[in-house]
Amino acid sequence: MQALTDKIKVLERKPMTIGERLYLPAIIKGMLITFSHLFKKRPTISYPEQKRYFPSVWRGVQILNRDEEGRERCTACGLCAVACPAEAITMEGAERMPGEEHLYKEEKYAAKYEINMLRCIFCGLCEEACPKDAIYLSQTFAPANYHRKGFIYDKQDLLIPHPIEEPDRYKQALGERATALKQKAKTSEEESMDN
Amino acid sequence: MSDEKKLFKVTIDNITVEVQPGTTILNAARQIGGDIVPPAMCYYTSLKGSGGKCRTCLVKVAAGSAADPRPMPKLVASCRTNVMDGMVVENITNPSVLEARKGVVELLLINHPLDCPICDQAGECHLQDLSYEHGVESTRYEFNRRTFDKHDLGPYIQLHMTRCILCYRCVYVADQISNKRVHGVLDRGDHSEIATYIKQSLDNDFIGNVIDVCPVGALTDRTFRFKNRVWFTKPVDAHRDCPTCKGKVTLWLRGDEVLRSTARKDQWGEVSEWICNTCRFEKKKTSDWIIEGPTVVNRQSVIGQGHYVNITKPRETISDVMGGRPPKLLMDIHNVSGVNNVDLSEIPGPASGKTFEEDPHAFATNPTDRKKPELNSNHELE
Repeated sequence: MQALTDKIKVLERKPMTIGERLYLPAIIKGMLITFSHLFKKRPTISYPEQKRYFPSVWRGVQILNRDEEGRERCTACGLCAVACPAEAITMEGAERMPGEEHLYKEEKYAAKYEINMLRCIFCGLCEEACPKDAIYLSQTFAPANYHRKGFIYDKQDLLIPHPIEEPDRYKQALGERATALKQKAKTSEEESMDN
Repeated sequence: MSDEKKLFKVTIDNITVEVQPGTTILNAARQIGGDIVPPAMCYYTSLKGSGGKCRTCLVKVAAGSAADPRPMPKLVASCRTNVMDGMVVENITNPSVLEARKGVVELLLINHPLDCPICDQAGECHLQDLSYEHGVESTRYEFNRRTFDKHDLGPYIQLHMTRCILCYRCVYVADQISNKRVHGVLDRGDHSEIATYIKQSLDNDFIGNVIDVCPVGALTDRTFRFKNRVWFTKPVDAHRDCPTCKGKVTLWLRGDEVLRSTARKDQWGEVSEWICNTCRFEKKKTSDWIIEGPTVVNRQSVIGQGHYVNITKPRETISDVMGGRPPKLLMDIHNVSGVNNVDLSEIPGPASGKTFEEDPHAFATNPTDRKKPELNSNHELE
């Protein structure tokens, strides 16, 4: 049969030499490799004290966004659910009643919004599909849980903290990427003003 | 007699077809079918006098007829222009037609609010399809769009005038299908709007058909309002024994709930058999209907998403291997999920926050509803 590649390595099965049959040199060689790792840089970190750096393109757990006044942006248009390849997102829409204008941005809103995090594959297609800037993948991962039912995230689990009532938590939830983006937009605006 | 009647030979985009005299270019193109059919937003086969308003069906007539082969000087509306023998028509083969259509779409969208994420028509909207296919990516319009208050035309129909493209189809429906028309187009030009005179409600057995003929989301069904997105519901053909109409409808289901019923539409999105208000708005139980089978949905349509037609499910082998023991369910999503717990088909209007939190029979009333005392405070409409 013709070989598909020229990278074939032929295994030699010769009988072991006397040095190999003694075993001890091989064991010492292995111990030395293990011992040398004591002086190398450790790949693990002590998690709660130290935190790993998340790259800006990291796709973490979803967050439902609010506008500057703290109103929910989601209008239950269903585009995230239709884009979701894992079919993890479900929702139910409702009409905004008079007197609820401070809660919801548009006349229709998501009364129920649910993401099954057991199904979610963190592909970010929901973020891409959203026409209302309502869903983002944040820079943290979904926390561990003892029960499966703890991974069915409802709207309260997903909503970003209120920007006026809890500004610190809101800023924290926004993460570095949002502030970096804002800065970038600001500088580009200034540049265009200069021009 | 019949051999005396000469068929007209017409060439549309290099495809020749023979049609009866008196056929419009649009209908001749529809006989050929495929990509060469001009889009139509205002023309409706079964409505007399419709067409000629939206200008999306513009085509170039390269040769007027065999007798007079001069081209027509301007693009013509194919829905209102009859064919002549030996006529040569260019639709997608002529770049100026596509360019003109792009301009028409831009004009139609100038005052359109583009609130598709909210609109119930999204997914089956002709304007959405048209602008996706022929429109430009962004708008050049810098001024405020015209705005109108939304209002109810009767308890079942909601009018969003901001979305209207003034195709006049609903006016023709009221004129020709129902006995008396109480709505029409008021004012002129940019200000013109579909309205009932002094906001009279429309009550007629067949007035619900204005919802089906509306190419955009201007006239929508209040019994379906905000209940689900079109593409998450499952269309099935069904019929019932109806004393007023033929009772042939398409039901849009979520599980066993009938969220909406509409008349059956053909491949051009047109209805030939009108249905009455009882079939459309009141029969919201599967037991009211005899279900014939799933509606055939175009493969390209978003409504077809998640409809797995003609698939064979793989056989579940776990219980065979485990000696009859079924696989152990670690979690049943229906016990945990808070979605799909309310039967939305039982409420006659859109759900409100109250529907999901306190009373599953509560529904949102509208500002216009509140003016009527009997509709105050979340009561049934009957």
